Amino acid sequence: MSNSILVVGGGFSGLTAALEAAELGYEVYIVEKSPFLGGRVAQLNKYFPKLCPPSCGLEIQYQRIKKNPNVKFLTMATVDSVEGEAGNFTVKVSIAPRCTAPSSADLGELAASLESEVADEFNLGLATRKPLYMDTPFAFPNRFVLEPKKLSSADAIKVGASDACDLNEAAKEIELSVGSIVLATGWKPYDVTNLSNLGAGQITNCISNMQMERLASPNGPTDGGITRPSDGKAPEKIAFVQCAGSRDQNHLGFCSYICCMASLKQALYVREQYPDADVTIYYIDMRTPGRYDKFMRKAIADEKLHLVKGKVAGVEEDAATGDVIVEVEDAVKGHKAKIRHDMVVLATGMQPSLAGDTNPFGVELDEEGFVVDGEAKGIFSAGCAQKPLDVMRSAQSGTSAALKAIQTVRGR
Amino acid sequence: MAEKIGVYFDQSALGIIDADELSTGVSNKFGDACPVVKVFPVLAASSAREEIKKDIAEQGLDGIAICGSSPRVDWDIYEFENVIVERINLREQCAMAYKNPDGTVPAAGGTAPELLMAMAKDYVTMGIIKLQKTAVPEPPEFESVKTILVLGGGWAGLTAAKQAADYGYDVILVEKDAQLGGKALNMLKTVPLEFPYEEAHDLGLEAKIEEVTANEKIKVVLNATVEKLAGTPGQYTAQVAGQEYSVGAAVLAAGWKPMDNELLAPFGYGSIPNVVTSAEYEKLAKEGKLDAKRVAFIINTDTVTGGDIYAAPEEVEAEEAASEEEEGYVHEDLESVRHLAYSSYVNSMVALKQANYLCDAHEDGRAYVLYDSMVVPGIHERYYKTAQDRLGIMMSKAEIKGITEEDGSLVVSAGNTLMGDDVEIPVDMVVLPTGIVPATAKDPVMNFDYRQGPAFPDLDLFDGYADSNYICFPYETRRTGVYAAGCVRQPMMMDAAEEDAIGATMKAIQCIESANRGVSVHPRSGDLSYPVFNFVRCTQCKRCTEECPFGALDDDEKGTPLPNFSRCRRCGTCMGACPERVISFDNYNIDQIGSMIREIDVPDDMEEGGPRVLILACENDAYPALDMAAIRGKAWSPYVRIIPVRCLGSVNAIWVADAMSKGIDGVMLLGCKYGDDYQCHFVKGSEICNRRKDNIAETLERLGVEPDRVEQYEVAIDEYDKVPGMIDSFMDMVFEKGPNPFKGY
Repeated sequence: MSNSILVVGGGFSGLTAALEAAELGYEVYIVEKSPFLGGRVAQLNKYFPKLCPPSCGLEIQYQRIKKNPNVKFLTMATVDSVEGEAGNFTVKVSIAPRCTAPSSADLGELAASLESEVADEFNLGLATRKPLYMDTPFAFPNRFVLEPKKLSSADAIKVGASDACDLNEAAKEIELSVGSIVLATGWKPYDVTNLSNLGAGQITNCISNMQMERLASPNGPTDGGITRPSDGKAPEKIAFVQCAGSRDQNHLGFCSYICCMASLKQALYVREQYPDADVTIYYIDMRTPGRYDKFMRKAIADEKLHLVKGKVAGVEEDAATGDVIVEVEDAVKGHKAKIRHDMVVLATGMQPSLAGDTNPFGVELDEEGFVVDGEAKGIFSAGCAQKPLDVMRSAQSGTSAALKAIQTVRGR
Repeated sequence: MAEKIGVYFDQSALGIIDADELSTGVSNKFGDACPVVKVFPVLAASSAREEIKKDIAEQGLDGIAICGSSPRVDWDIYEFENVIVERINLREQCAMAYKNPDGTVPAAGGTAPELLMAMAKDYVTMGIIKLQKTAVPEPPEFESVKTILVLGGGWAGLTAAKQAADYGYDVILVEKDAQLGGKALNMLKTVPLEFPYEEAHDLGLEAKIEEVTANEKIKVVLNATVEKLAGTPGQYTAQVAGQEYSVGAAVLAAGWKPMDNELLAPFGYGSIPNVVTSAEYEKLAKEGKLDAKRVAFIINTDTVTGGDIYAAPEEVEAEEAASEEEEGYVHEDLESVRHLAYSSYVNSMVALKQANYLCDAHEDGRAYVLYDSMVVPGIHERYYKTAQDRLGIMMSKAEIKGITEEDGSLVVSAGNTLMGDDVEIPVDMVVLPTGIVPATAKDPVMNFDYRQGPAFPDLDLFDGYADSNYICFPYETRRTGVYAAGCVRQPMMMDAAEEDAIGATMKAIQCIESANRGVSVHPRSGDLSYPVFNFVRCTQCKRCTEECPFGALDDDEKGTPLPNFSRCRRCGTCMGACPERVISFDNYNIDQIGSMIREIDVPDDMEEGGPRVLILACENDAYPALDMAAIRGKAWSPYVRIIPVRCLGSVNAIWVADAMSKGIDGVMLLGCKYGDDYQCHFVKGSEICNRRKDNIAETLERLGVEPDRVEQYEVAIDEYDKVPGMIDSFMDMVFEKGPNPFKGY
């Protein structure tokens, strides 16, 4: 029997669930598959509707972790198996090697001196990075990760000479005894290459909304400058295509909740950087629930920000100029038009991370990959593992999952 | 107060800074107060840490100064038991941030310039002084009452009561009506709340009520409101129906009322028969009286919510405001048509549900759902999809041009629809949407017996909803111990209300347990320190009681503050407010920071040794931004010295005066954004600091110093690329002005 709680996923819901439980005195383990905590929000430039930086809230979460011995977290860790029942789970976790020593040595210079470059998932392909890296200067834990297999032989010699790097660190397996489990496995951006009519990821200046966040971030590949990936040109005419994958039985059979607000927010990024730029959002329904209505109305008061209710039938590239041509059908009047833009942002939906992934938890998933049961077994889903939510609702969801998990282990 | 301090330098973090020179300096200056001073090549190495542990045991050290990386990193490495640890940031904010006055950066492997060594020396000295002025706080004696007060017996309140009882707490559930159930009592079915989210279903309300009424840990008080909530989290006294109850914390689930139907008059409500609200239609459904076969469900509310409904209201005339203050508290009625606009999600879902009711009742029924946008976000799209496939439900985008009555039948005129540009839809009934007006828009509800008034402050920011302004921390408000859930906080459906109520209960339990352990709740959760008042010197000026963002301080008739430790969030705004330096924390106080400032070595001649500028930086946002600027290779003037503060609200004018009398040439205050979209973790700290600037200016003028030598800047945590520039332009101003007239005295 154990009264510890396992939280799978170190994104915003998982962090919240873990900290709320820990601050009530319960021992919590966070298992995060990436090398850093923070999840999707760490990739964002600003939150709607306040346009405040996500790192502001993350900093507080990390301070709470630092101050609270009840919270233990494992990064680069994945759950292999879960056995047992509510109150008495045995969880096997594998931990991939980080290959860097805990130390104050600043590996930044060494990293910068390496010649090897690898695809940068954190920047969604907009940049490359070194195989010795941190996602952002804000990354937590603030400790470099080394990928020995991706080093060139010259780099391997350089890195091998550093006391702070260990090329041969081995993977580990550990076993945790916990009483209940919170699944805060979050979401992933829907793969745009499935959307062949919308450029299928082939048009350079047609990017996803998450790529837009990276472009606009001060720590992103362009240091915050929103420019065309093909030629670095400042865009004068930008379009947002809503429901790119969402609300479509062939792709995601649900609405992704955040994209309308996200596009409005990103339109404001563009308008702030380029006072003369023209922004059009092509949408089916503007879904700005609750008090977000105020944000929407204030945003669209800008005469250079246009909302057009229309379905985008296709997106093409003008190879000569790099421009993107959007074919749009007016939803009400029915006529079609082709409109040229410097850049197009696809409001790509969120897919639950568990879709197409292993499910060692033994919970039932719906056809989209959302968790639909588990509570009776002592396994509670939080945040976007359960349904599409924004950050505020994810935090609420994490808080309530914490209490549910505690009710399961209390008194054991 | 650390008396025997070990000082350890991490050469691996110091770049070209000469650690040996610094260590000799520490021994010379502090002597026996620092019996151990050592330089390690790599302080993070386990051998180094073992040696520190040995020193602690053998030398009886009670304080440790770690001179190396930022306190934000490697926190897990430098934990030592039974000693106070101070991290002196010589890596990020000294070695990495250093540039010469001409902007060049010294070569790696070279000798450290004098100015860099001077900076490092100042930081080391300030850190040791800080340790000498830091005591380990003792928690106060305090025992919490493990009872939760739940206001409102609707869906959210019932959920909260059950959860708290399941946790083993007692519950007082207060419902203003004669029975439990709230708005759900009037509902025939709920929109789908569970997988597969496709069909409306029974609520299960009776069972939910039964779970509560049958639970011996829950006391239900009907026909009652909370007349007064006095005291402090953990030890509140709630007055309910004339009786007093001891409670530890509260869940505010007081719900909502429908927006005044008069605001729906432009749709013909009140003048045309058979134009009803969705609440009235629900009632008809529940009573089995759905006689109308052709019904238009209006979701597009532009007829009443079009135009600039978010324009700021005109300023209340000063005179009026003054007279209100004289009369005591008046709750501003915040109900408006905005509540209808905010309820679009609920109204879209309810229209779908009721359109289905109609088709359930009549095989040949015709439901027209007329919207501008169907606001059915997230998983609820599935309910919309199901409704689209149902014969009898017609849905279209439509501008509502008018609703008229002709020969006993109704006609909805609509434009720009999927059925044509201008259409007239004959119907038997029109159903209008409902605005969800939170209870707190109309009444204080909580009736706090607090010096700062009976209601949640800032309700006007949220149009009356008892909401939080934090995206990341949705339960945090300016009233510790009371957590809102359900529609009193935001318009929401029952699935969200249920989750919200569980979350609010979690926070309420946590607050009670934290108070019981003598520690703070969010954002300094676990903090054992709290403000201690030396009342002997108090002049009853009331600044602290007025400025506390959390209303933690009441006062007696004379105006002497009465602290409530468990309402307090430990930001130190009271300490910053106090002109008499009456308020202090064991580990954070006026003397501590003042002494650190006074230890900064200020050259007598600015021409020769350069100016000095003090930066007081918010430790939560500006300080990390400075760290990150340095990590990204941005350097700043070698003449500044940075001291982190809990919040700019805690900055006392005396520190500025200390700096000025010391000959420091300027002070920069770096804090969070304020205003309606504030980012300050203590809500009002940075705003209050800015308001106090007049006092500071006065102090400076009295000293004969130009007031613009002190400036506050708003710095968000991600503005690390801008901060160095702010510092450099401030330095330009200082150079232009010349030396502080006090220099050299």
